[in-house]
This record gives sequence, structure tokens and C-alpha cells, in this order.
Amino acid sequence: MKHIWKFVSAWPWETLLVVLLLLTIVLGNALSPYFLTPFNFSLMVEDFVEKALMALPMTFIIIAGEIDLSVASVLGLASVLVGVTWHAGMPLWLVIGIALVVGVAAGLLNGALVTRLGLPSLVVTLGTLALFRGLAFVILGDQAVSDFPGAFTNFGIGDVPGTLIPWSFVLFVLLALLFMVTLHWSWIGRQIYATGLNKEAARFAGIGVRRLKLLLFILSGLIAALAGIIFTARISSARADNAIGFELDVITVVLLGGVNIFGGRGTLVGVILSLFVIGALRNALGLADVSGDVQNIVVGTLLVLSVLGPNIVQRIQVVLSRRRLAAESSKQA
Amino acid sequence: MAKPPEPTIELVGIAKQFGAVQALRGVDLNLYPGEVHALVGENGAGKSTLVKILAGIYRPDAGSIKIDGQVVELHNPAQARNAGIAVIHQEPTLFPDLNVAENVYMGRHPRDRFGRVDWKHMYQEGERLFASLDVKLNVYTPVQGLSVADQQLVEIAKALSLQSRVLIMDEPTAALSAHEVQELFTIAKQLRERGVAILFVSHRLEEIFELAERVTVFRDGSRVATAPISELTTEQIIHQMVGRELETLYPKTDVEPGEVILDVRHLTRSGVFEDVSFQVRQGEILGFAGLVGAGRTEVARVIFGIDRADAGEIRIGGKPVQIHSPEAAMHYRISYVPEDRRQHGLIMDFSIAKNMTLPVLLRQTSQLGLVNRRREREVAQDYSAQLQVRSAGIDQLVKALSGGNQQKVVLAKWLITNPSVLILDEPTRGIDVGSKAEVHRIISELARKGLAIILISSELPEVLAMADRVLVMHEGRVAAEFTHADVDQEKVMFAATGQVTNGNHQ
Amino acid sequence: MATTSEHVRGTTYPPRRSGSRLVGLVSRVRELGLLVVLALILIIVGVQVPQFFTISNLVQILLSVSILAIVAVGETLVVLTRNVDLSVGSIVGFAAFVAADLFKQHPGTNLLLGILLGCALGLALGTINGLLVAAGRVPAIVATLGTLYVYRGLDFLYARGNQVSASDVPESFLSLATTPFLGIPALIWFAAIIALIFAFYLRSTRTGREFYAIGSNPDAARLVGIRSGLLIFAAFALSGLLSGFAGVLWGARFATVDATAASGLELQVIAAVVVGGVNIFGGSGTIFGAMLGAIVLGTIDNSLSFLKVSQFWLQAIDGAAILIAVTIDAFITRWLQRLLIIRRQR
Repeated sequence: MKHIWKFVSAWPWETLLVVLLLLTIVLGNALSPYFLTPFNFSLMVEDFVEKALMALPMTFIIIAGEIDLSVASVLGLASVLVGVTWHAGMPLWLVIGIALVVGVAAGLLNGALVTRLGLPSLVVTLGTLALFRGLAFVILGDQAVSDFPGAFTNFGIGDVPGTLIPWSFVLFVLLALLFMVTLHWSWIGRQIYATGLNKEAARFAGIGVRRLKLLLFILSGLIAALAGIIFTARISSARADNAIGFELDVITVVLLGGVNIFGGRGTLVGVILSLFVIGALRNALGLADVSGDVQNIVVGTLLVLSVLGPNIVQRIQVVLSRRRLAAESSKQA
Repeated sequence: MAKPPEPTIELVGIAKQFGAVQALRGVDLNLYPGEVHALVGENGAGKSTLVKILAGIYRPDAGSIKIDGQVVELHNPAQARNAGIAVIHQEPTLFPDLNVAENVYMGRHPRDRFGRVDWKHMYQEGERLFASLDVKLNVYTPVQGLSVADQQLVEIAKALSLQSRVLIMDEPTAALSAHEVQELFTIAKQLRERGVAILFVSHRLEEIFELAERVTVFRDGSRVATAPISELTTEQIIHQMVGRELETLYPKTDVEPGEVILDVRHLTRSGVFEDVSFQVRQGEILGFAGLVGAGRTEVARVIFGIDRADAGEIRIGGKPVQIHSPEAAMHYRISYVPEDRRQHGLIMDFSIAKNMTLPVLLRQTSQLGLVNRRREREVAQDYSAQLQVRSAGIDQLVKALSGGNQQKVVLAKWLITNPSVLILDEPTRGIDVGSKAEVHRIISELARKGLAIILISSELPEVLAMADRVLVMHEGRVAAEFTHADVDQEKVMFAATGQVTNGNHQ
Repeated sequence: MATTSEHVRGTTYPPRRSGSRLVGLVSRVRELGLLVVLALILIIVGVQVPQFFTISNLVQILLSVSILAIVAVGETLVVLTRNVDLSVGSIVGFAAFVAADLFKQHPGTNLLLGILLGCALGLALGTINGLLVAAGRVPAIVATLGTLYVYRGLDFLYARGNQVSASDVPESFLSLATTPFLGIPALIWFAAIIALIFAFYLRSTRTGREFYAIGSNPDAARLVGIRSGLLIFAAFALSGLLSGFAGVLWGARFATVDATAASGLELQVIAAVVVGGVNIFGGSGTIFGAMLGAIVLGTIDNSLSFLKVSQFWLQAIDGAAILIAVTIDAFITRWLQRLLIIRRQR
């Protein structure tokens, strides 16, 4: 029992997430008998993998003190390019290559505007959210490309032979491990935390803050494009309105995972736990026939609560400690 | 003799605690109308806390405040303002996007008979206000473009328009040129004529002697002395501030300087400083003196790669180099201990170990991209011991340390990079006297080991005692250069205030 | 006293002190610049396609931006205080459906009641935003990003997949937008009057000026005794109220309303506000500027169909407009700082 208490007080936020996950599982089981089946787990993971992937660089960006609202639009743009280049007859490797390059270019635009011109990332990525999505519509209009080869779509929905583990999940696990090691054990991770806590002091300590942030934005664009390729493969359709609104889940997952919106604090463990919470939640609600837009009510509320909750707790703590101090001093008097 | 006037404001037994730190212990203070009362004390003595209590930002834990004999409660800045107290903080608290007139009248805009804001009237009143202070300031200009001195004048005008009876000036001259300081004093004297009680908080004793009638000294949160300025000498005041003799403060050992390591030639940054040239040798301490705003920190920032120069050359070990970033500066083994340790020197929420090893993550404490935690701890323990950093261990967050120990962590951080040129910007500002002496000992030791050191300091005694040579800057130019032998406070002051046209240039 | 004032007025201000006359000038130039851009677009497109430059088309442009303009007034209030409201599109859409649906279900309802319902809904949703930001200390991006999706989700729940079309609602509702007064459609009047009221409020009342203070320097605002929390709350509440009203007008104008109405409107609104010179950091900008921004973007939008350019370019143009406007402002600020420092050193 004492061990559990030790764990809880050392990792309060992660404990809360575990509790939330358990609650979600209970809810899911209550909503549908299919929830706790391996097949459903496989589906749940597959459904959420693009958001999960994008949450990884988003974690780095928010810890570094910035934000990227354009990820879903980059995904959409990449998806459209996959469709258009494939439709034009290009070989699959070139199609994928072009999409990834576009992701890098998108990240480069975001990063350059933020680091070279010093513009706030909120406004820049709001603008590029519109710009990239707009370009996707300009390129493909309201049409769709869906004649993709089996090899391609199989990667999107296929499992490792003999198991129910989706290939895309394997990719996610590998990347997640890489990101985890980078953030918590490498010098890059240390620099990211320093930048988020005090970017001036980080600069004075010889950290190339601008270069670091530029690289983070490029990484975000690259992964968003990768997510776009996987998404297109999975639903076997390239459309300009693919993944509209995904940024809600990505940002919610990161903030709910304990990463502080102002930067400098948070862990990837928390983010991964929170990924499962939101993924399971959406899956459970979906099984109960709740539409995506209505599911957003829950996710949006969680986003707000992830910041409001700690604020309220802090306020209560201050009030309680003030009362305690007053009681003590009146006892002494 | 006429009966002495009643004090405008009476503070009795004011106490304030922050966690474990007792910032003020039962302080009494009276301010009389038409007097300038100086408040001096080292950093941490409690001056800022008192100012913030009077401004309504903090509430005292104990004690009372009386204005004109009536007890008042100052629960927030608005109440303090209504009670007739105006405060000019160290950082001007103005609205940059709004013009001067509106800054003065924000929240109290004059209104016409329909209840609308009467802009014309406001501008007229504003002009009248500045005219009465004999100040030429355009009330239409946005505050954004004004110099710090002008911004303070706006603050004073604000206080005047509020009919404030008490004006508190918290280190107002820190960022002003000599000329601007005189203008400020003229206005302060005018306000004094009008019966305003002025509390003048400052570190600069020469200014206090010029302006104030009485002086109060704070030390460690207590009031240790109050007396008319005519009855005290500088030494006596310092003695009260410090509480001990000063002889052992500057343990400078003599060193034979070696090769020229840093050679700066005609360095210029438009609008900031111009044609700055000097050399520093191994084992030498070059003092940079001058008033705030003279450009010393700006020169250091260019040498360290934070800012870019527009003209001129920097040579390290004889070779011209381009320094475009702190990384590049570190490559040439230049290290810079910044002026503001909280904002630029340390990451408050990082531990001692993490702060110390931040610049050398790649060079010393990482292998294959991963941070070697054991090596990191070794290095941190080593330097923590060498510099005698008092803490609860190298994992303690630096924000929990005292100012002096924080400064030692910053020093250690830069010593770990094994520099050949070390630039120290106000290294002993805001730290207790004991730590000051230790820092000076460390600096002397470093010079003995052959480092070339640039010591930027606004404390003349420190510069005079520690430096082998002293460079004085004034408004962006090198005004004079002195050797240790022929320098004295007056010569430096003259040069720093721009009164020497042909100093000892090389 | 009079002589002293005259003396002061007659004195030449040395450049050292008044070097920042430039700063005031630049904000005027900003609005002038927009007028120039507007004129250029009108002329360039008008020369190629004469139908573009007719009175009826110009009225069409104003009509098309009127709803956007009303929402932009509320957004301006929020942005001035150094915040942002991303949920406006969802509030407009929700109010549009609720109002239109009301008239569909109960055709005899008094028009005013419908309008009040939309406004009340908008006010309630705006109030929630205000509480989250001002009382809950949740950063505005997070709060309104969340409510953007929550409110839209509630809209979907309420709509249950239904749609309201023109034939479902009474003529009186539909004509709310188009009824002409003195030859100009009512909708344009609504927008103009609202813009004038709030422009007056921001320029000529003490509390209106305090909005600028809060955005310009939040700490100083507190020190001067401004009740920032209350005003920020009010800004969000008003933004919601105006969005609610705009939603009712949306329902009246577009007639076919479902739960997706006004999706993405927030981006257009922010584009209009930013292009119009309202500083995204708060503290400066005018309703007039925001209106100009809306008109410029609306003109570009309108010209697209005349130039035979696909409507799909719209979103991309809004995004590009935000980026360009903010970039230009950054350059101007940088250039100004440099200039002022150099002037001061003289």
C-alpha cells in the first residue's frame, strides 16, 4: 500500500491519467460488449495512430514554448499530394517522397516565420492552418483519389502477420521510443526543456534556440506528412478535407498528458498515457454510435479541464495554506 | 524655532515575511511634507519590500500606516493611489501603445458634459502639467518611443496630476545619463517646494548627498539609522549598511600579465556604442567603469555574440574572428557572466547540476547523444565544492538558493567551459557582503591562473581595487583609460559623466 | 497660466524628445495603406471586368462582409485585451441553427423573440469563455480552442442531423437581412450601426480606453487600478453576444442552415482583424481598421468569381493574408525601433 502511495505522490498527474484510463475502460465495456476484444483494440489503435504520431513532435514543440496548430492541415495537404501524384502515375516511392518533402517545407515555413521574424507561433500556425488547408482545396477541390494499390493500403490497415497488431502501431512504438529517449536522456531533450523554461538564459548558455525551434517545426511538419500518408492508406482515399479538426485531439492529448502550455514542463510518459485515454474514449463513444462531432464535446471539455483543473487545485491550495498560516499565527498570539 | 510639521505618512512596526525569509522586521519611518528622505541599504535589506507595501502591492503582516494621522489600509494599488501615494518603480509602468497624455490620465480621463472622453481638454491639461514642471514633452507622442528618462517624467507628471502627497522613487537614476539625473533632481526639488513628501530609494550615495535632507539606513530588514544627511559621512553610512569593516573586501593579488588574448579594434554598433578599442592580456583584470547606459554591457554582448557589431574587429590570440552567436564565442573560449542572473544567467527551475553543465552538454557530459548523468554530477560536485556553493545538494533547484550562491553557480557554469577570456557583468550586484568577498577572491585566483578578465561594475570601489587597468565608457564611447596606479574615484567619475575630452587613450 | 501654455505650444520640440511622432503616424499610414490596397483592387479588377465596379456589386460586397464585420467587432474587443476568441464560428453557427429552427418549428414566433434567443445563446456561450479565461486563468487559445469544438458538438447534438431550408421559415425572417432602408439592405445597416456604437465606446468612454490599457501593459493596468478581469470577461461575453446576433442574421441570409453553418468563420474573422491593423498582442487597433480589413478581404473574395478563379482559393488567401499582415507589422516595428534608437542617441 505504501508503495502505491509513494508512486502516487511522485507522479500525481500520471496516476490521474491511469485512473482516467481505467474509468474509460469501464465506460467502454458498459457501452458495448465488443469494447474489450482484441479486434477492437487493434481497430482503436489504428484509428488513432495518426494523431498519436503527431502528438510526439507536438510534445517537443509545446515544451519548447511554442505551438503548432497547422498539423492537421499539413496532414491534409500531404494526403492530397499523395492522391494527385499517384493519380498522375508516379511510382509509389516518389509519391511518398514528395509528400514527406512537402511536410518538411511546411514545417520550414512555420519555423522560419517564428524564428527568423520572431512572430508568435499561435498566429503563424493559425495562418498556415488556413493556408495549407486552402492549398489542399485548390489542388484537389472537393474530389477524391481512391485507386491506390493493395500494397499501399495494406500498410495502412494491415497487421503484423499472425497478430492483431497494426503495422502503423509498430511504427508508432518505434518512433515513440526514439522520442522518449531523445527527450528524457539526450542533450537535445535537456536543451528543449531549458528553452521552454527560459529561452533567454538558454541562449546565453550557448544553446542555438532559433535553430532548435526551427528543427522542431520541421520535425512536426515531417511527421504530419507521414501521418497523412498513413491516413490516406488507411481510409484508401485522398481528399482535401481529410483530418479536419485533428489538431484538437493532438493538442488535447499533449496538454492532458501533463505538458504545461507555457513550456518547460511535462513528460512523454504522460502524453502516451493520455493518448490511450483519448483513443479509448473516442473508440468507446464510437461503438455507442456517438458521432465524431458530438465526441468532440468530450474531448474539447478535457482540453479545457487539463488547464482549468490544475489552476483550481492550485487556488484551493493557496487558500488552504493561507488559512493554515492564519490559524497558526492566531494560535501563537 | 517653529513647531515641526506633522508627518504626512507614519509607518509604525511594519513587518513582512515571505515563507522563511523575514523581509522587514518592525520598521518605523516618518516622511514629512516638503522633505526628500533617502532610503539606503544593500540588496535584500528590505527597501523594495517597503516600497511595495506603500504601493499597495503587498500587505504588511504587522504594523500600521497613518496618513495625516489617520490609519489607512492599503490593500491594492488603487487604494494606495487614492490615499495620495504615488510610486515610480524601477521599471516604468506605462502603456507603450498609448500617448503621453493618456498615460497620465488613464482611468481618470476628463469628460465633457455628455460623459464622453474630452480629448482636447486632456491634451491641454497634459501640456499645462508638463509646463508647470518646465519640461518640454509632446503629449501626443506614444510612450513607446520615449527614453527611460522621459518615461519617468511621465510617471512624475502622473503623480502630480493625482495631487499625490507622497512620492516614492525606487532607484530612479539607474538608467539615466548624468544630464537626465540633474533634470530629475530639479523636478524633485520643485515637488518638494509644493509640499510633497519624497522617499528616494537609491544605491548611489553621491546622489543622496546632493538631494536628500534625511537618510534612513536599512540592514537585514531592520531600520538601523535615521539622521539628517548633514550629520553623516559616506563611510558612516556604508558602515551602517554593511555593519562591519571593509578592509578585507577586495583581496587582490598582483599578477604579471602575459600575452594579449583579446584585442578589440574600433568596435561599433550603430546607435549603441562607437569606436571602442582595447586589449586584455592573460592574467589581467580590465575594469569597465561608467554609468548605466554607457554601453559596457552592450560591448560585452557583442563580444559574446549575442548582438552583432556594425563595424570593427575582434581578435583572439592575434587572429581576427567572427562571433555571431554565443556558441561561436564559446568556441573561442570566451565566457560571459550576465548582469541579470535571474533572467539570463540561470534557469530557475533547473537544479544546480543542470545549470552548471548546460553550456557543456555536448563537449563534456554527453556520449553518443545521451547525457552521462554520472559525469554531470561529478563535475557539478567538483565545482560546487571549489566555489563553496552553500546548498542542500547539487539537485536542489537554484531558485531556492540565496543571491550569493546563485551567482556562484553562474560563475561555476562558465568556469566549467574552461575559458581564456571571462567577462563578468556586475558579478557582485545584489549579493551579501560575505559572498562578495568570496567572489572577489575567486576572481583574483582566476587572474592568477592566467585568465583574461573583463570586470564590468558600477561599484567604483570594486573596480578601483580589483582592476589592473580601468576603461571608462561614456554614452557609447571610451572616455578614458587608467592604470591601477593612477586611477581614483574622481577621475573615473569625471570621465564617466563626460567631462574629460582627452583621457589617457592608447 | 495661459501664457505658460502658449509658451509651451510655441516651443519647438527637439527631435530628441518627440522622435516618436513617427509611431503615431505609422498607425494612420496602416489604415491609409488598406484604403490604397482596396482602391487598387477595385481599379485593377474593375478595369478587367466592368461588372465588378458597379454600385450593385459594391453593395453585394458590403452585404457579403456584414455578418463577418459584426463578429469582427467582438473579436476586436477580445484581441485588444491581448486575448483571442477562436469559438466565434461555432457560436454563429449554433445561433444560426437555433434561430432558424425556432422559426421552422414555430412559424408564428415574433421576429424579435427569435433574435433575442440567438443573442441570449451567444451571450451565454461568450460568458463561459469569459469565465474560463478571466476567472479560470485558462489561456485564451486553449479555452476557445476547446469551446470551438464543444459548442460545435452541442450544435450537432441539438440539430440531430436536421436541416432548415428557405421554404421552412417565414418570409419575415428571410427578409430580416435584405429589407432595404433608404436603398441599403438592413444587414449593412446593422453592421454599420454596431461598428459605430463600439467604435464610439472604444474611443470615447473611460472603460473603452481601459481595453487598450489592458492589452498594452497588463501589469501597469493592474497597478493603475483597472479591473482587468472584469473587462476581459466582458470582452468575451460581448464577442459571444455579437456572434449570436450575427448567427441569427446568418440564418436569415443563407436560409439553408444545418449544424455545419459558419464552420471556419473564425479564421476569416481573425484574418479581417489582423489585416485591419489590430495588433495581435493587444493595445492598439481600431474598429474602423477591422472593418476595412473585412472589406478588403471581402472584395478579394468577391473579385475571385469575376476573375474566374476557383472559390477554393478563399481559405488559402485568408491564411496568406494573416501571415502577410503579421509579417509586415513585424518589419515595421523592427524598422521603427531601429530608427528611434538612432534618433535618441543624437
